[in-house]
Amino acid sequence: MSNDIIGAAKPRIDGPDKLSGRARYAADHYPANLTYAYGVFSNIASGKIASIDVEKAKKQPGVIEIFHHDNFPKLHRSPSNFAQQNKVDEARLPFEDNNVYYGGQFVALVVADTFENARDAAHFVDVTYQESKPVTSLTAALKNGDPKQAKSSRHTRGDADSAFASAAHQVDVTYTTPVETHNPMEMHATTADWNNGNLTFYEASQGVVFAKNTIAAVFGINPARIDARAPYIGSGFGSKLWIWPHAVAATAASRELGRPVQLVVPRAQMFTTTGHRPATHQNLKLGADANGKLQAIVHDSVNSTSFVGNYVETCGSVTKSLYDCSNVRVTHATAQVNQGTPTSMRAPGAAPGLFALESAIDELAEKIGMDPLALRKANYTETDGSKSLPFSSIHLMECYEKGAKEFGWDKRTPEIGSMKNGTEILGWGMAACNWEALKRDCNARVALRADGTAFVSCATQDIGTGTYTIVAQTAADVLGLPLDKIHVELGDSAYPSGPLSGGSWASASALPAIHAAAKKAADQLKGYAVEEDAVFADAKTDDLSLADGKLSLKGGQSVDFVQILQKRKVAEAFGEAYTTGATGDEYSFRSFGAHFVEIGWDPGISRLRVNRVVSAIDCGQIVNTKTASNQVEGAIAMGIGMALFEQTEYDHRSGMPVNNNYAEYLVPTHADYPEDVNVLLLDYPDYKFNDLGIRGIGEIGITGMAAAVANAVYHATGKRVRDLPIRIEDLMSA
Amino acid sequence: MRDFSYMQADSVGAAVASHAKGADSAYISGGTTLLDLAKLEVMRPGHVVDVRKTGYDTVEQLDDGRLRIGTNVTNTDLAYHPIVKEHYTVLSDALLSGASTSIRNKATTGGNVMQRARCAYFRDTAAPCNKREPGSGCSAIGGHARSVFAVLGTSEHCVVAHPSDMCVAMAAIGGVVNVEGPNGKRDIDFLDFHLLPGDTPHLEHALEADEMITHVTLNAPIKGGKSHYLKLRDRASYQFALASSAVIVAMDGDVVRDARIAMGGVGTKPWRAAEAEKSLTGKPATEENFAKAADILFANAKPTDDNAFKVPLGKQAVVRSLQTVTA
Repeated sequence: MSNDIIGAAKPRIDGPDKLSGRARYAADHYPANLTYAYGVFSNIASGKIASIDVEKAKKQPGVIEIFHHDNFPKLHRSPSNFAQQNKVDEARLPFEDNNVYYGGQFVALVVADTFENARDAAHFVDVTYQESKPVTSLTAALKNGDPKQAKSSRHTRGDADSAFASAAHQVDVTYTTPVETHNPMEMHATTADWNNGNLTFYEASQGVVFAKNTIAAVFGINPARIDARAPYIGSGFGSKLWIWPHAVAATAASRELGRPVQLVVPRAQMFTTTGHRPATHQNLKLGADANGKLQAIVHDSVNSTSFVGNYVETCGSVTKSLYDCSNVRVTHATAQVNQGTPTSMRAPGAAPGLFALESAIDELAEKIGMDPLALRKANYTETDGSKSLPFSSIHLMECYEKGAKEFGWDKRTPEIGSMKNGTEILGWGMAACNWEALKRDCNARVALRADGTAFVSCATQDIGTGTYTIVAQTAADVLGLPLDKIHVELGDSAYPSGPLSGGSWASASALPAIHAAAKKAADQLKGYAVEEDAVFADAKTDDLSLADGKLSLKGGQSVDFVQILQKRKVAEAFGEAYTTGATGDEYSFRSFGAHFVEIGWDPGISRLRVNRVVSAIDCGQIVNTKTASNQVEGAIAMGIGMALFEQTEYDHRSGMPVNNNYAEYLVPTHADYPEDVNVLLLDYPDYKFNDLGIRGIGEIGITGMAAAVANAVYHATGKRVRDLPIRIEDLMSA
Repeated sequence: MRDFSYMQADSVGAAVASHAKGADSAYISGGTTLLDLAKLEVMRPGHVVDVRKTGYDTVEQLDDGRLRIGTNVTNTDLAYHPIVKEHYTVLSDALLSGASTSIRNKATTGGNVMQRARCAYFRDTAAPCNKREPGSGCSAIGGHARSVFAVLGTSEHCVVAHPSDMCVAMAAIGGVVNVEGPNGKRDIDFLDFHLLPGDTPHLEHALEADEMITHVTLNAPIKGGKSHYLKLRDRASYQFALASSAVIVAMDGDVVRDARIAMGGVGTKPWRAAEAEKSLTGKPATEENFAKAADILFANAKPTDDNAFKVPLGKQAVVRSLQTVTA
């Protein structure tokens, strides 16, 4: 790879289209005869629909049809099989029956000629309910009975209980994290358009292939009849991985009415019917010897799930692998509440899990009287104990050391409240971050075209992370073309099947396939060039190279590659490639890192702010330092939100969310983002993982961040907050 | 949102006349409250009278030193007006701590005075709310009532805090709300304009039927006064105050000659703290006296289940503001 493209800081190639409004999102498509759907949503969290009166609503201007459980077409549930790429988290279809399992559930769908008319008429649909007492929180659910154990994610090695019991130092504490809502800027949206049994399906989706297969399963048709498109999405954070009820509702309405239907999920229902990160209760038991060597780790977690899906938040997924320890047990369990179905949210499992683990490590350090960083170093390992396999590429120790040096950790005085700046008490905290390196099967197509450009296509997505740009960089690097000559199209299920944009695996899965396809395209071009009567008829293809848009013979002449195609009278030279998601069984693949955080606490006015962050990240080859840093910086912001602000709040009587909007569901604003954030990207390619050495970077940055903040808050205030978010009333003196 | 008729008035007289035609009329200027609540069906005006083209969009200093602010002056224009920046910094700072730039560009002075509560239950038409449906009950009491709920001036019928920052500064400065209606013009003391919830939380202000605000006229600045607005909240921007303080103090040497204190985020209306002011007047500017004033201010506080921290937080806000202006 050449250094001027791969690893360079390239601005996003899709930036101008997004800034100018040319980029069209799922609700920016207006097929002829388009109709607009708007939901009626349950305002109880549990019970049954007693009756639905649509007469008044039907008489409102522009109303075309109103669907509900009595007249919604009979459909099929998706098998929800990850390997078959039709997974869903909420298996229940909208309007299946008259049951209400959560507040904000679809109970009717109004279709009208305009969005405004549909919304207006929705207010006239009169629904009466038989209400049951809802389970309104995880705490309440756990009072009702034992949670359901999730056996598949359980891990045990050694004898954690007896090792803990005999350990010189013990920590046995419980942490909780609240329901968090993804809140991407773009609302979930569907524009469904059936034509002669074929469906064009614009969906705000992190996976067009999954969207296609899931809709095909629900409607009982061949997936080949569906073209699922998501060329641009306004982020998803995991909420747009799977199909949710709105997409089924809009698509069914379109088929019934024989007209295209567009549905945008209102912001309030983005809190109810499109997934969320569930609440967790996590018990951590850490046992260590006198020197801080871990003897036992027990991480038992339980998370809230819905009555219509069993989503497991695998909080112990990192705990089993991060530290050197022979006696480990991690377990997961779920308990049902009357809320929508949870789903993956940026770094599922690891984000809440590392809040607990990395807080507990600090609590242990304090008990032992050790520096928190020294304790982590003392338990460093290059072997994944849960698999008894070496890590493919680990530079965590360098993350600790580089991060600490950049942050100035050696100047930290350990006493609580001992560091001050004016009216502020400063707190310094750190935590490890970690995420499994994953990849999936991927196909891609690359063509060198007779107009002098290259065309790259793959049915993966750019969810706002920079995928378009790094795909173009990868192709440009192989093809010897400038970035502006690379045309990339993603987010269309008609293209070669590519991975979901999730799990931080899109780059590691797609770029090797694109790299291989580009090579094949170049090879075909070279093949044309050495054919009889061609420009380089007597040359060997190995002596030909592509650079600056020209094909050159070693020690010989150069010609525009376009000339080769023109002479051959073909439109393009192309290559298709497949790369596997299989990783073999010799290594454990993970990414590593460490956060160092300074908070400022002004006790005179109870003001808490994050002042400064240094994050050192080891996640393989960096393709674009700009988009990669941006992923970590965004994750740091989200981690600050997780630590200090984010929480979907429900009325404990009704179970209805009460802060379901951007004003009251607090995420960090620009003003909350520290002025001083330094992301150190280590950039060690992991060639054991894939040919390009790339691991993903989308999620690791949020892991450990909440713990680093909580540890810093403890250092400043002496208050160990184990329940997120940390609120000022938790820190104010009694 | 329900259909409504719309009239763009070119004068206050025309606006008032149009408004008086129906019982469910509403004035609109920036629309940041009305449109939001109409979309939620919390407000369902049948007739909307747009007053933006009536003029009343300038800020003028009167001969007697008072400041007359037209009802259509945007929050942004008011915050950056040279006289406001120089002589009413507490007002400029309060305005700029509120909402977001884009909202401040739309929101107007009269509209901000008329801003409605940010209670989740008020905004949810499925929930009982005495403010929205008199007599239906208060869902916030016994419900979720932390950030935007008051500890002062609450009643058993309503506990929501007044949301405005601008009005807190105006309450500290003092002045009148100039209104015009079918029976002509009149002035309402700013401190009498907003009503306590009592057993009529749906009645929020002292306007008579069809009256509209034409100006807010603020008192002349106190000679030698220094002012400060401090807004405390979870995040640094785009959040209503958990507690805020607007403080204006003039000193004679080390002694407080004149003190004006108003609080936001903690009261059911912009909360002028006359007793606390009185306790400081003529006293040395000491930590002890500041703390005493803060205790007086919150002596009758009645927190909800979730917001007891607002009492110490409010005290911290006012003490820090007093420290700042007397430093």
